[in-house]
Amino acid sequence: MTLAELVLGAAFAGLLAYALFGGADFGGGVWDLLAGGTERGRRMRDRIERSIGPVWEANHVWLIFVLVVLWTGFSRAFAAAVSTLYIPLTLAGFGMIARGAAFAYRKSVSTPGMRRFFGAAFALSSLLTPFFLGGVVGGVASGRVPPGIAEGDVLSSWVNPTSLLGGTLAVLVCAYLAAVFLCGDARRDGEHDLADAFRSRALVTASVTGAVGLAGIAVLHADAPVLFNGLIGRGLPIVVSSVAAGLGALGLLLTRRYIVARIASALAVTAILIGWAVGQYPCVLVPYLTVDQAATGRSTLVALLIALGAGTLILVPSLTYLYALFQRPVEITGRRER
Amino acid sequence: MWRIVLEFLADASGNLYPARMQMALSLGWHIVFACFGIAFPAIVVFTEWRGHRRGDEVLIALAHKWAKAMGVLFAAGAVSGTLLSFEMGILWPGLMGRFGEVFGFPFVLEGFAFFVEAIFVGVYLFGWNRLSPRAHMLSALPMVAAGIVGAFCVVSANAWMNNPTGFRLDAQGNVVDARPWAAMFGPSAWAQFVHMWLAAFMVTGFLIASVYAVGMLRGHRDRYHRAGLLIPLTVAAIATPVQIGVGDWIANVVADNQPAKLAAMEGQYETTAGAGLSIGGIYRGNELHYAVEIPYGLSLLIHHDPDGVVPGLEEVPADERPPVNVVHLAYNAMVGIGVVLLLLIAWYGLVWWRRRRLPDTAWFLRAVAVSGVAAVIAMEAGWITTEVGRQPWIVYGILRTAAAVSPAPGLGWGLVAVVAVYTALTVFTVVVLRRLARDQDTPAPQEQR
Repeated sequence: MTLAELVLGAAFAGLLAYALFGGADFGGGVWDLLAGGTERGRRMRDRIERSIGPVWEANHVWLIFVLVVLWTGFSRAFAAAVSTLYIPLTLAGFGMIARGAAFAYRKSVSTPGMRRFFGAAFALSSLLTPFFLGGVVGGVASGRVPPGIAEGDVLSSWVNPTSLLGGTLAVLVCAYLAAVFLCGDARRDGEHDLADAFRSRALVTASVTGAVGLAGIAVLHADAPVLFNGLIGRGLPIVVSSVAAGLGALGLLLTRRYIVARIASALAVTAILIGWAVGQYPCVLVPYLTVDQAATGRSTLVALLIALGAGTLILVPSLTYLYALFQRPVEITGRRER
Repeated sequence: MWRIVLEFLADASGNLYPARMQMALSLGWHIVFACFGIAFPAIVVFTEWRGHRRGDEVLIALAHKWAKAMGVLFAAGAVSGTLLSFEMGILWPGLMGRFGEVFGFPFVLEGFAFFVEAIFVGVYLFGWNRLSPRAHMLSALPMVAAGIVGAFCVVSANAWMNNPTGFRLDAQGNVVDARPWAAMFGPSAWAQFVHMWLAAFMVTGFLIASVYAVGMLRGHRDRYHRAGLLIPLTVAAIATPVQIGVGDWIANVVADNQPAKLAAMEGQYETTAGAGLSIGGIYRGNELHYAVEIPYGLSLLIHHDPDGVVPGLEEVPADERPPVNVVHLAYNAMVGIGVVLLLLIAWYGLVWWRRRRLPDTAWFLRAVAVSGVAAVIAMEAGWITTEVGRQPWIVYGILRTAAAVSPAPGLGWGLVAVVAVYTALTVFTVVVLRRLARDQDTPAPQEQR
C-alpha cells in the first residue's frame, strides 16, 4: 500500500462513518417527513428527535473531516470535482444548514406554526441533502469530472443516470439505516409499537433498496462502464457480501433481533460503499486520474498520516464516551435542576 | 436554454466579485459564531465552577442558561462552517488545487479540534443532569482546549495566505517541496492567532454583558442579572488592554511582511520619514483628504522612532495595490472602537477598584448595552482590514484572487442564494436566542426535553 492509498483510505473510512452515522441522522429526517400529520406523527417524531439530538453534530463532522483530508492530500482532484460539481454541493450545503438549524431550533420554539415550519425544513432537507451527495458520487464514478478547474459540464455532471441512481440509493440507504437503528432505540425505551412500525419501514425500505440496486446494474452498464466492470470483476465478492449481509439483516429484522440487525445492516451499507471504491480503483477521478497521480507531495501525506493517527487516538475514546453517556438514564446523580 | 441563461449571466458579471462577496458574507457570518465557540465554553465553565465552589445557585442557573445559548450558537456555527468548507473549493479551486497540499493541513487539525468540540458540547449539555458536577466541569475542558487549537489552525491558514511559506515553486510555477508544518507556523501565524483569540473573548464578553445590561436597564437589578453582566464584562476587561498591546505587535508584523497592506491601512502614498498617523479621510488621487494627522505617529507606531521611514503605496506597482479607502477606514474603525471599549473598561475598572461596585449610572449600562455590537463591528472591521488589505492577492505576492476564482458558469447565483439563506438563518437564530432568554424551560438543541 502506498502512502497515498493510506491517506485516501483514511478519508474513505471517514466517509463510511459519515454514511453510517450521519446517514442514519438523515434517514431519521426522512421518516420524520413521512410520519403523518402533526398529531398522528408526534410520537414517532419525538422518538427520532430523542435518538439523534445529542449526536448529530458530532456525526456531521465526519463530512468536514473527509473534505479537509481530500483537499490537503488530493488537492488537484478535490479542486476539479468541487468546481465542476459546485451546484449539487452548494445545494447540499444549504440542505445541511437548513437541516441543522431547523432541527436545532425547532426544539427551542413553542408555537405550533414555527415548530411545523422548522420540522418541515428539517425533514425536507434530510431528503434532499443525501440525494445531492449521492449525485456527486455518481458524477465522479461515471467519469464526468475531468481534472482541471471547472472543466466538466456543471449540469450534466450531476444530472445524469448514474447520479440519479446514486442520489436515490443514498436516500434509501439513509432511510433504511435510520429505521433499523430506531427499532432498537424504541424497544430499549419500551415503545414496542414504534419499534414494530420502524421494523416494517426497515423491511419495506430494504426491499426497495434491493430492487433499485438491481435496476442500477443496468444503469451502470450503460452509463458508467468503468465502475460496472470493476463491480462485476474485482468488486464482485464485495457486492455478493453486501447482498448476503442485507439478506441476513432482513432475517434478523423479521425475528426482531434488532441489535444484531444493526450490525448486519451497517455491514451491508459498508460493503456497498467499499464496492464503489474497489470498482473504480485505482481511479480517483474516473477515468482520468489515479490515486498516485492525484496525491500531493510526500511530506504532506506523512503529516496527514501523523495527524490522522494522533487524531484517532483522541477521537475514538471521546466518541465512545459520548455514545455511552447518551445511553444512560436521566437524573442518576440527583443533581438539582433550576 | 438554462445553460444559455447561466452563461450569459456569468459573462455579464464575471465570477470574481460575486465570489468575493459570497465568501465575505459566509465568513463574516461564521466568524461571530466562531468567537463564541472559542470563548464561550471557558466563560460558562468558569461560572459553573464559581457556582459550585460558593454553593451559589444563581451562578449555576446562569451557567446553565449560557450553556443552552452556547448550544444554539454552536449549532449555527457548525452548519455555517460546513458550507464554508464547501466554498473553499467551490469558489477558489485555483487556490485549493494548487496550494491545498501546502496550507490545507491546519484545516485537518482543525477538523479534529472541531470534532472534539462538537462531541463535548454534546456531552456538556446532555450531561447536565447525568454527570457529577466534577465530571461535568471536566467534560468542558476539551471544549476549551479544542477552541484554542481550532482557532490557531484556521488563523494560521489565513496567516499563510498573508505570508506564504513552506514550499518552493518550480520554473512552471508548480508547487514542489511542500512542507505543511513550516507553512503552518509562518511569520504571521502567532500574532494573528493571539489577536483573533483575544478578539473572540472581547466579542463574546461584551456581547453577553450587553444582553444583561439591557435587562438591568429594563429594571431587572437582581443578582442574576448583575452576575450575568459582571462575569463576561470582566473577561472583556482583561482581554481589551492586552489586545491593544497585541495590536502593536501585529502592526509590526504587517509592516515587516506586507508593506502594501500597511500603507493602505494608513492611506500613505509617499514613502516618508517621520510619517504622521492619519485618522479618517478619503483617499483620492494618491492622497488622503480630510484626514486628522498625528505628527510622527506612524513612524513611532512602526519603528518606535519618530524619524523612522515608512514605505508608502508608491513602492508597489499600481495593479498590486489594495483598495485603500476600504482598508484605511476599516482599520480606523477597528482601532477607534477598540480605544472606546478600553475607555469603557477603564471606567468600570476604576469604579470597581475604588468602590467594589458597578458605576452607578444608567449611562454606564447604556454604554455596556451597545458595547457588544461595537465589539462585533470592530472584529469584522479588523477582518476586512486583513482580507481586503491582502488584495489583489489571495496568496500574497504569488497568486492573484482573480486567478484563483472558479470560472464555472452561473457561480454568481450562489451569492444570491447565500444572501437569502443567511438572512433567514440570522432571523431564526435571533428568534431562538430571544426565546431561550425569556423562558427557563426552553431546551437547547443538544438537550432532551
